[in-house]
Amino acid sequence: MNKGNNVQNNETQEQPSNAQKNKKVLSKLVLIVFGMFGFGFALVPLYDVFCDITGLNGKTNESAASYSARSVDETRTVNVQFISRTAQGIPWKFEPMEREITVHPGETKFVKFYAKNESTQDIVGQAVPSVSPGLAAAYFQKIECFCFNQQPLKGKEEVEMGLQFYVDPELPEDISTLTLSYTLYDITGKVDS
Amino acid sequence: MTTDTLTEQPSADHDSHDDHHDHKPTGIKRWLYTTNHKDIGTLYLWFSFIMLLTGGALAMVIRAELFQPGLQIVEPDFFNQLTTVHGLIMVFGAIMPAFTGFANWMLPMMIGAPDMALPRMNNWSFWILPFAFAILLSSFFMESGAPNFGWTFYAPLSTTYSNGSTAFFVFAVHIMGISSIMGAINIVVTIMNMRAPGMTYMKMPLFVWTFFITAYLLIAVMPVLAGVVTMLLTDTYFGTSFFDAAGGGDPVMFQHIFWFFGHPEVYIMILPAFGIVSTIIPAFARKKLFGYASMVYATSSIALLSFIVWAHHMFTTGMPLAGELFFMYCTMLIAVPTGVKVFNWVATMWRGSLSFETPMLFSLAFVILFTIGGFSGLMLAMTPVDFQYHDTYFVVAHFHYVLVTGSLFSIYAGAYYWLPKWTGNMYSDSLSKWHFWCSLISVNLLFFPMHFLGLAGMPRRIPDYALQFADFNKWVSIGGFAFGLSQLIFLAVVIKCIKGGEKAEAKPWDGAEGLEWTVASPAPYHTFSTPPKVD
Ligand code: HEM
Ligand SMILES: [Cu+2]
Repeated sequence: MNKGNNVQNNETQEQPSNAQKNKKVLSKLVLIVFGMFGFGFALVPLYDVFCDITGLNGKTNESAASYSARSVDETRTVNVQFISRTAQGIPWKFEPMEREITVHPGETKFVKFYAKNESTQDIVGQAVPSVSPGLAAAYFQKIECFCFNQQPLKGKEEVEMGLQFYVDPELPEDISTLTLSYTLYDITGKVDS
Repeated sequence: MTTDTLTEQPSADHDSHDDHHDHKPTGIKRWLYTTNHKDIGTLYLWFSFIMLLTGGALAMVIRAELFQPGLQIVEPDFFNQLTTVHGLIMVFGAIMPAFTGFANWMLPMMIGAPDMALPRMNNWSFWILPFAFAILLSSFFMESGAPNFGWTFYAPLSTTYSNGSTAFFVFAVHIMGISSIMGAINIVVTIMNMRAPGMTYMKMPLFVWTFFITAYLLIAVMPVLAGVVTMLLTDTYFGTSFFDAAGGGDPVMFQHIFWFFGHPEVYIMILPAFGIVSTIIPAFARKKLFGYASMVYATSSIALLSFIVWAHHMFTTGMPLAGELFFMYCTMLIAVPTGVKVFNWVATMWRGSLSFETPMLFSLAFVILFTIGGFSGLMLAMTPVDFQYHDTYFVVAHFHYVLVTGSLFSIYAGAYYWLPKWTGNMYSDSLSKWHFWCSLISVNLLFFPMHFLGLAGMPRRIPDYALQFADFNKWVSIGGFAFGLSQLIFLAVVIKCIKGGEKAEAKPWDGAEGLEWTVASPAPYHTFSTPPKVD
């Protein structure tokens, strides 16, 4: 643009020219832009860590808890409810074989879920658990769960799937009912063979 | 001096110098190639007005459908497309480009600079915008239709359940984002490097401060928006599972990332409005702005706080109590600096010799109606009551008060304030007052009853509703049509003003202050080639 006159104005001293100054600021700002773009993606693992600590999103442990000996708190009972649903598009029947059980904290229990592929296609399903209230998720310990694995079913095939768990005796006093919800997704396209 | 920042070749400086100074291209080429901040400002302003009318036309169809209960005019799916595209166009096409237009026109003149610091980038940042909106709008004509998942594009609505418009949507948003980022970078560099000698930061007009802070907000959060739409794209088309629970992702995380962008975004749309109003009220109260320094600090603290309140949009997603409380109190904290601002505007008017020219009328309406929007915001900020109000028309009422009678009214106030400087002519006073009064009455008829509809439980984003909401919706629709038509008066005022009218003096408002009034009206193509001295 018309900076001709401007030049004289600023060049009286040996200051860096405007162009250089602009470039400096520009490159810093561009760095911030890329940094923030990266930060957006960094939020993904950060969110997981944060949820792990706080139990924010009701996610339960993703690998098996150990059998280690623990004391059973006989003085207290907790209701555990089971809910199941199928995501849109998966033609399976999927439900808990028991809807609700009562456990003592620390006590190991075994329950079963029933699934049937009602179509004639082979389909791979994946159940994703979630615990409500979210804060209780950290205290719901699965020793063995069908949700740790993918579940392939041939057309019309059916299966009973097991879940072994205990409720941590450290569970806060004010929680007396836990709801474990499973959503079943069709991941046929996404499985690597 | 500055042109060559992007090219590094001193000779480029000369070319463009000649180009623009002596024989600037004419016709369409002038506008395509222009690197002049005033031309680009004009382009931005016209573009945003066209987008306002486009988005407004969509709103008219929405209100026509909602005039009566039942489905009359459009299919539910198309209705969703209308609300989605209406929101996107108004946010990214009307409000934000209008402010960038103001920045381009006014910032160099207010700080005594000859142009924006990076004029070529400026040209780019404008000219990619029309493509973004062409992409977005073109999806209406595709078989699958336009985006129908709301302007907030929550996953999995925009991924698993998308109608196939997600790619178009994502690319459009990418382009809009790049445009805003370039615009913002330009604003920051200009303000940091091009101020006239003697203009320290604390001597800058408040207008300049608000744009400076807004530009930083944009630089910080637009990349996050770009990131989240990129994740959306890969989730939808490339099999990633950022937001897909089946693959270990989490759809609630979408909302966290989106609102981490989204809440600062709403301040991006209101801070410049604060700047405009803080310029106009002193001019027509004939007093200095009350509490200049506190305004600067209030603006900065609003900007900083805006990064830690995002989850007030997510109270009902099942956060732990501690989270709900944290976000509730932080949100209420923002009301403090906002209150400081309102207080300062009122104090500026207190015992001033007020006169009520159109820019002042819009500014006064801004102060009152924006405050109403702030109050409904405070109500929504209370977690327990938000469980009732969330996703109802109460939220719609809230954000239209802050965005229409807030941001849009400030844009009108600014346009009426600087039109004489832009065109060299005074506009028709009576016509502009018609515009104001018609807008004021209709906008309240349009948005005020929405509060009651929301309190009574009418959900947002639905094409049909229960019978008991019928009467209010009828009035809302009538207000909507009237408000829509009133905006055509503005178009008439502007066209008349460009064509002619009483010649404007260099400083048509006796109480106005600032360097922009020291140059002739209309502002010459090049101003402040020699920087003024500020003391
Ligand atoms: C005192 C200041 C404010 C407070 C306390 C406040 C609070 C809130 C809260 C709590 C919500 C979420 C409501 C819900 O979805 O249930 C909300 C929504 C919204 N606010 Fe504000 N707000 C304030 C100012 C503003 C300003 C200045 C703007 C923009 C200029 C704005 C724009 C919006 C928008 C667009 C939404 C709706 C987003 C959507 O769901 O589509 N707010 N506000
Ligand atoms: Cu917000």
